Amino acid sequence: MEDLVSAFGLLARIDVLVALLIGSIGGVIIGAIPGVGAAVAIAILLPATFSLEPLVGLTMLLGIYGSSMYGGSIPAILINTPGTAVNALTTYDGYPMTKAGEARRAISLAYSASFFGGVFGILCLILLSPVLAWIAPQFGSREIFLAALLGIILVVLAHRGQIFAAGMLACFGIFLNTIGLEPIKYTQRFTFGQSWLSSGIDLIVVVLGLFALSQAFVLMVGKDDSPKAQPLKGALFSGMKELFGHKRVATVASSFGVLMGMIPGVGEFTAQFMSYTYAQKTSKKPELFGKGSPEGLIASESANNAVPAAAMIPLLALGIPGEALTAMMLSVFYVHNVIPGPQLFQNDMDFVLALYIAMLVLNVLVLIFLLFSTNLLTKIIQIPTRFLGIVIMILSFVGVYSLRNSIVDCAIAAGFGVFGLVLKRLNLPVVPIILGMVLGGIMETKLRSSMARVKTPLDFIDRPIAAILFAIIVLVIILHIRTLVIEHRNRQPETDHDLHDTQMR
Amino acid sequence: MLVRIKTLKQLFQRHRRPGNLFFATIFLILSLFLLSQIGNQTVWKSSTRFYAQPALWPIISLVGMTLFALLNWISAWVSPKIAGRWLEVQFWLRSFEYVLWFMAYVYLVPLLGYLPSTVLFAVVLALRVGYRTPKMIGFSVLMAVSVVVVFKSFLQVRVPGGQIYEWLPDVMRSFMLTYF
Repeated sequence: MEDLVSAFGLLARIDVLVALLIGSIGGVIIGAIPGVGAAVAIAILLPATFSLEPLVGLTMLLGIYGSSMYGGSIPAILINTPGTAVNALTTYDGYPMTKAGEARRAISLAYSASFFGGVFGILCLILLSPVLAWIAPQFGSREIFLAALLGIILVVLAHRGQIFAAGMLACFGIFLNTIGLEPIKYTQRFTFGQSWLSSGIDLIVVVLGLFALSQAFVLMVGKDDSPKAQPLKGALFSGMKELFGHKRVATVASSFGVLMGMIPGVGEFTAQFMSYTYAQKTSKKPELFGKGSPEGLIASESANNAVPAAAMIPLLALGIPGEALTAMMLSVFYVHNVIPGPQLFQNDMDFVLALYIAMLVLNVLVLIFLLFSTNLLTKIIQIPTRFLGIVIMILSFVGVYSLRNSIVDCAIAAGFGVFGLVLKRLNLPVVPIILGMVLGGIMETKLRSSMARVKTPLDFIDRPIAAILFAIIVLVIILHIRTLVIEHRNRQPETDHDLHDTQMR
Repeated sequence: MLVRIKTLKQLFQRHRRPGNLFFATIFLILSLFLLSQIGNQTVWKSSTRFYAQPALWPIISLVGMTLFALLNWISAWVSPKIAGRWLEVQFWLRSFEYVLWFMAYVYLVPLLGYLPSTVLFAVVLALRVGYRTPKMIGFSVLMAVSVVVVFKSFLQVRVPGGQIYEWLPDVMRSFMLTYF
């Protein structure tokens, strides 16, 4: 209770409230514009938040993370173009509803489902807090090492059909993190005698290159385009009532979102797929799925919006990010010497609670904003893509340059920008590189500190949580091999799809 | 139009695109080169346990990277060729023009100052990508000024003042150095 009062105290400040407002409304706008996702925006804003207090900076970034998917549903439903990658599934049923003249109903339902998913995720996070506070301190170095290793393995295995590429990119990320002067024996690693490599390659520079600059290059080299969306007529309040008619689907979809969000390396796509399959299997009108089913829309939007809150669980409790956005947020913690992990729950519970409450408020703010300004957003969607490219490039500059006024950083970011463009064009994932960099660093430190007390290899897994994590790692690998064998036996002709091409925009 | 996805395998399946073999080859060469440099670029200390060796994680990452890059290359090599490889490589190369624009902007900022170089850069780039109407040029100027005002004037991010500001009268100079 004391922590709760203290948390409200932390939040009741004008700078935090302004950050919350900017983050939530900015996130919706950014999400609604096909071509800029939360990742691009967070990458650009990251250095600017370093000068702010941790709670202010994190509230703004969390605002963007949590609200971008609300905005992303607008172009998905109205023009069949997802605003962010995780709104791709929303196009399946949202766009057919628009074509059938039910755009207003679809948008209203998407907002309500997103709100439900978002709030459900946060409530789960709050309810799980005591469990997390109890379990997190039991994670020592070796458990965190194993959890990070599990994260790397999962992010590689999640890229079906491209496991080799994802593996090589994850290892590339781990390698990038090793470059420079290492802090234990003070030896140079892969600096090739270049002084500018001694301080290593900054994660933010790589993130800005791979996410933001690459996007600017893709948009400017590609064809100019200006998506057109018809404005909506009428109020958008009816969705909530309709959603309650489908509360079972919304609850199950949000639960999948929470579950998948907690597991590093998995996230929105799996949650949406499972929810969608569940909704279709249990629906009274399964034939409507893909042709404008409200249940399909609810499954997609509830599941993806439940993920952000859940993704904060491994980040806050263990200091392990499960995907690119939380990996970026981790750097905000580091800059301010707030080390997320078991101690955070023991010593700064009010800070953690303040973040939860901020997320809750953000969902309410976003919903209110959207109910009254959707038509304004349909105009913003029309920004020509090449102009968007120029905006992203100018913003990327301020992101990279303000870090330490280094021209070399800008050149490295530009290099990663081209690399990111190639990966996007090839439909290859960028996330394994970022997770490799972050989790690689965690694994190196934690292995070193944990091995000091390990005499035989079995000692490494003699604690219950370490043993469970190790068993999960073995199980994941065995199950993956088993699936491959089964799929090889029953192989079917491949169908190409462009679901992951949403990364291009 | 998206093809309906029926299985989890299909969902995560990312399909090959033209240029895949070219990229796989370049990445394999890079991996092999880096792996060959391990002896020169890292140190293996004789009195240190293996887990604290400075070379351990570069070795783990580069061996993994090379292994996966080799498998990726073999998989690209044995897969049917997709037409349009060199057109795709040309697309990648075209992005270098914008790298040059970006680096020119980076060099200009400390000379001309953040506000003038951002406005100039936005306008020139808008013309370069094909916008000619006064409306779009106007939007470019407005966008550039807004970015500078938000980041430099309000958020006070660290972007140094331009050398050109030294020529301004005293009162203007400190104002420009602080806010633009």
